[in-house]
Order: sequence, then C-alpha cells, then structure tokens
Amino acid sequence: MAEFANLFNGFATVLAFQDVNIFGTQMYLPFNVFLMVVGIVLGVIIGVLPGLGGANGVAILLPLTFSMQPTSAVILLSCIYWGALFGGAITSILFNIPGEPWSVATTFDGYPMAQQGRAGEALTAAFTSSFIGAFFAVIMITLLAPMVAAFALRFGAAEKFAVYFLAFASFVGLSKEPPFKTLAAMVIGFALATFGTDHMTGSLRLTFGSQYLLPGFDFLIAVIGLFGIGEILLTMEEGLKFKGKDAKINLRVVLDTWKKLPAYWWTYLRSCLIGCWMGITPAGATPASFMSYGIAKRVSKNGKNFGNGEIEGVIAPETAAHAAGKSALLPMLALGVPGSPTAAVLLGGLLIWGLQPGPTLFTENSEFVWGLIASMYLGNVVGLIIVLTCVPLLAAILRVPFGIIAPIILMFCAVGAYTVRNSFFDVIMMLAFGLLGYLFKKTNYPLAPLVLAMVLGDRAEEAFRQALVGSGGSLGVFFSNGLVSTIMALGFIALFWSVISAGLSRIRGTAPATAG
Amino acid sequence: MSGDGNAADQGPAHRTIELAVAAGIGIFAILVVYGALQAGIGWGFEGPKAGFFPFIMGTILIGATAMNLWHAFQGSRTKVFADWGALKQVGAVTIPIAVYIVLIPFIGIYISSAILIAYFMQRISSYGVVRTALVSIGVPLVTFFVFERWFLVALPKGPLEAMLGY
Repeated sequence: MAEFANLFNGFATVLAFQDVNIFGTQMYLPFNVFLMVVGIVLGVIIGVLPGLGGANGVAILLPLTFSMQPTSAVILLSCIYWGALFGGAITSILFNIPGEPWSVATTFDGYPMAQQGRAGEALTAAFTSSFIGAFFAVIMITLLAPMVAAFALRFGAAEKFAVYFLAFASFVGLSKEPPFKTLAAMVIGFALATFGTDHMTGSLRLTFGSQYLLPGFDFLIAVIGLFGIGEILLTMEEGLKFKGKDAKINLRVVLDTWKKLPAYWWTYLRSCLIGCWMGITPAGATPASFMSYGIAKRVSKNGKNFGNGEIEGVIAPETAAHAAGKSALLPMLALGVPGSPTAAVLLGGLLIWGLQPGPTLFTENSEFVWGLIASMYLGNVVGLIIVLTCVPLLAAILRVPFGIIAPIILMFCAVGAYTVRNSFFDVIMMLAFGLLGYLFKKTNYPLAPLVLAMVLGDRAEEAFRQALVGSGGSLGVFFSNGLVSTIMALGFIALFWSVISAGLSRIRGTAPATAG
Repeated sequence: MSGDGNAADQGPAHRTIELAVAAGIGIFAILVVYGALQAGIGWGFEGPKAGFFPFIMGTILIGATAMNLWHAFQGSRTKVFADWGALKQVGAVTIPIAVYIVLIPFIGIYISSAILIAYFMQRISSYGVVRTALVSIGVPLVTFFVFERWFLVALPKGPLEAMLGY
C-alpha cells in the first residue's frame, strides 16, 4: 500500500541524521528526534504550569520556528502539543488542579486515588491510556487522512465553504455553552479576521483611519492573550494554592498497573472511538473526555464507585482526550479545518512556513505530511517514557509558587506577542485580549470557536466569495450539486438542532434568526 | 445596577457583568457593520466588495447579541460575579501588567521584566530580598542569552543594553 511506503519515508525523515549548528557547536545527530524530545519536555512543563496551555505555548514558540525547516518546525510544535496533553494529567491527579481543560474529568477519580496513596497507579493508568488513545488516533489518521484528502481534492469553492460551514455549525450544536454565546464568540473571530487588507481585492477595510489596524489582528496575539493572560487573571481571582500529593512511581508500580489494564479493553475501545469522533468534528478533547467519563460511569459495573478513586474513571477520560487531541489533526491536514485551538495554531504555522493546509498538502508536500505523521508515532512513545520517568521532577516544578511562576509566564507571553510581528501594539492588544478572555470565561462565552474563526476567517471568506463570483451572486451555488447540498444540509441540521434543543429547554417559541 | 443590597456587598452582580459584556460586543458589532458599509458591501468588478463578508458577520453578531442581552436580563439578580477581594487580586495583577507593557518601549523588555518579577515576588508573594534579586535578575538574563545570542531574535532593548553595546 502506498500509505505504508509513505509512512516509512516519513520515519526516515524523522530519524535522519543531519549536520546542525546548535548554539555555535557543529553536531551530527538525528536533529528531528532531538527536537521531539525537547518539544515533549517543554510541552509537559507547559501542560503542568497554570496559565500556559498547549495553544498559547505553541503560539509563543511559533515565531522562533520561522527560520526552521517546516518539517522540523512542525515536529517541535506538535510534540509540545502532545507533551501538554500528557502534562495535564499530572496536575489533575496530584494536585486536583486540571492543568488543561481536557483533564478536568481526570480529577474526578484521579485525585481520590492519589489521596488513597495510589497516585503512582493513577498516573501510570493515565499515561498509558493517553498513549493508547493517541496511538489509536494516529493509526486512524494514517489510514483515513489520505483518503479524505483525495476525496477533498475534488472540492470547489462552494464545497470548501460548505465544509467550513459544517465545522462551525457543529460548534454551535455541540458546544456546552449557550448557542447564542457560541455564535457570538465565533462571529467575533470572523469579524476580527476581516480587519486590515482584504486579500481578494487588495483594498482596506475596518481600519477607521488608524495605521495600527492596517495589518489586522494576528490570531497568535489573540491566543496568547485569551489563553495566557486570561488564565493568569482567573488563577489570581481563585487564589490558587498548590497542595499536592506525593507521587511514588517506580517500575514495580508501573508493571503492576499494566497487569490490570487489559481487563478494561472495552472501555479503551469505546473511549478511543468517542475521542476520534469528537476530535474530527471540531468539538475537541474537553467534551470528549467528559462524554467518555459519563458513558463509562453509566455502563460500568463499578459505576456507583466512580468519583471515589475508580481506575476506570481515569482510563476513560484520558483515552478519549488524547484520541480527540490527536485526531484533531486529521481534518487540519486533510481539509485545512483544525479540530482544536492548538491544531488551529499549528495550521497558522503551516501558512507562515509557506505551506497550503488542505488536500493538496498530501500531493505537494508529502515529505512534510508523512514526517509529521511518523513523528506522531515516535513522539507518543518518547512521551510515554519521559512522563513515566520524570513525574517527581515535574511535580517539583508545580511546587514553585505562583508568585514566581506568574511574572515569568507573563514575560514569556509579552516576548511571544512581540516577536510575532515586532510590534508594541501587539503587546498592548495581548493585554486587551487577556481581559477579554477573563470576562468571556467568567460569562460563559467559549474561546475555542473565536480562535478557530480568526484562523480560518480569511479562507472561509475567500471560499464564500469565490463561490459567489462563480455563480454570479446566486446563493444557489451552495445547493448546486449533491455533494455540496449534503454538506450544507448537515451543517444546517447541526445549527438548527442546537437552537431547537435550547429552545425546548429555555426559550420557548424563539425563531432561529441567526442562520447565516 | 445590582438591586439586591446583599449581593452588592460581596461583589458586582453576575447579571451586571453579563449585560456589560453583551453591550460591549454589541458596540463592536455596530463598529464592524459601520466599517463594512464604508468599504462597500455591494457587487464590484471582482465580485462581492471588501465590506460584504464583514457586513454579514456584523449583522449576525448584532442578532446574537440581542439574544444574549435578552437572556442576561432574565438572569439571576442575586448571583455574585466574584467577591471584591478576588477582584482586587485581579486588579493587583492587571495594573502591574499594564505598567510593564508601557515600560517596554522605554527601558526594554529585559529590565521591565526584571522589575515585574521583583514586584510580584515582593508584593503578591513575600520573598526575601536576596531570592527576589536572584530570580528577577537571573530569569531575564537567561532569556537575553537565549534570544539575542542563540536564536538571534532581537527583542526591545533600552538604554542599559545600549550602554553595554547591544
């Protein structure tokens, strides 16, 4: 099969030895593997620290990769993402503080286990489950992504817009936040993306005569502000105190735990499937982990004991969160529609490195795609080894008090925001987005659709306008053939379903006036 | 706006903030629509004009905001957004960050960061002078070497760095 040949070429790309100059020293080493280890260690630290998550960790480091080869750059950044996924579990289990939103469900049973002195067991189960979920998702990406991409090559402008429409409509449908707030957050993202130069006509818009608005808003600034500064403000408000449990993790604990895990094969399979589904549709890792936990609680024969330290309550959310986190890259690679905020930042990276995300990536930049997919296999193994061996070290990082950590994170946010375009205005905007992020989080406006819309805004608009140009202005183009009609219809079902279900429970008789 | 005296003692009502956020979004939406109209929303030589898409987005946003305002109006009047003590903490971080950002163009990012870290360690937590000095000078110094020397990324520098020849 062609996929396997490509995949082996990918492994060759990742493992290849290169002459590199690191800090002035000439070295001959497998540079991409080196980057993978650096990325995962950085990622775990980012995942463990409050205020630094996968999305803004990658956003802050993205400018440093501008001069790197795209394949090396994406390996470094995607490994930070995998590392952050692993790191979230550590704080959940030891400190009862979810380092990342997708590890909230892990605290339900993980922390009780740590309180009972079973922290090592809980951590081993969490890491192993993460590994299995991720591995399942990567195999699925290897098999499905080229097929989806080949299919998507036939898409014209109308179909492309329909895919965006479906992605964003299901956001409104699947989001646990109120649908009109999701819609508002998303449209704010689209609107922010339109500031500055219109790429199709070259004319200016929404600049209001200000030179600062000429280049528009960069989504990296928004990510750093919304997720970084916003998170620190929230943490300050909650007056976070770290009181952690000690983790004793050694080979014996790991092996004993591994002996227990095969009995939960059905939980694993179910959680993998839930995770992959939620990752491909842009619901993301957080709802996937909750859904998987909820279903496991309902069907397990130990369901009543969930919440008191049941190992299955750690397995289910961690497997699903990682399966979702990784499979979020499938639509990003094959269709150019990222399935999570971090995947959106990676997509922004592709554009900066001069690559076109979407189906053509598989034909025109096949070395890049397969290098990335191969690095996902290897990064997963490297990640598991690193987290299993470094838990005490990582728990020590968490004991550094917030009074020291917070200003250092703030400094990195400012440095990251400045380096995007060497602009002070961006640093000011970062703080503005930070305050916005704090208010939005407190008032239940979801941030993920805002960021995704900001990244995809230009492309969605271009597809929309090109389709209209082709049809001479008739909206009928979005229902002109079976394919596009089907995607649009699915999108409308997702959109209206949410409005109707909200209407049933809360607002009675309100017309869905916002179908756009 | 928080009518309930009890809630007002603890902090601003959640409903008030909810309404303010929705109103802020509404103003943004009106700005977008206005800007889009300026850019032209009709059909030009190359198809839809530049303001076409932002106009649609602005209109949807106005609709969604109207719904959110309506929901917010019906929300609980007694639920507290956050108590004053917690909000003070948020302010105690926000103001130093704002000052930090304003300082960057004048004295460079490294010195400003040293001041920010020292401020946090002294005011928000209370550390000894020695430890504060070590961390607040050490971290920006390491950052300086990582960015300016190894990654060759130039960050904003001020008079001190200029004196040292950077």
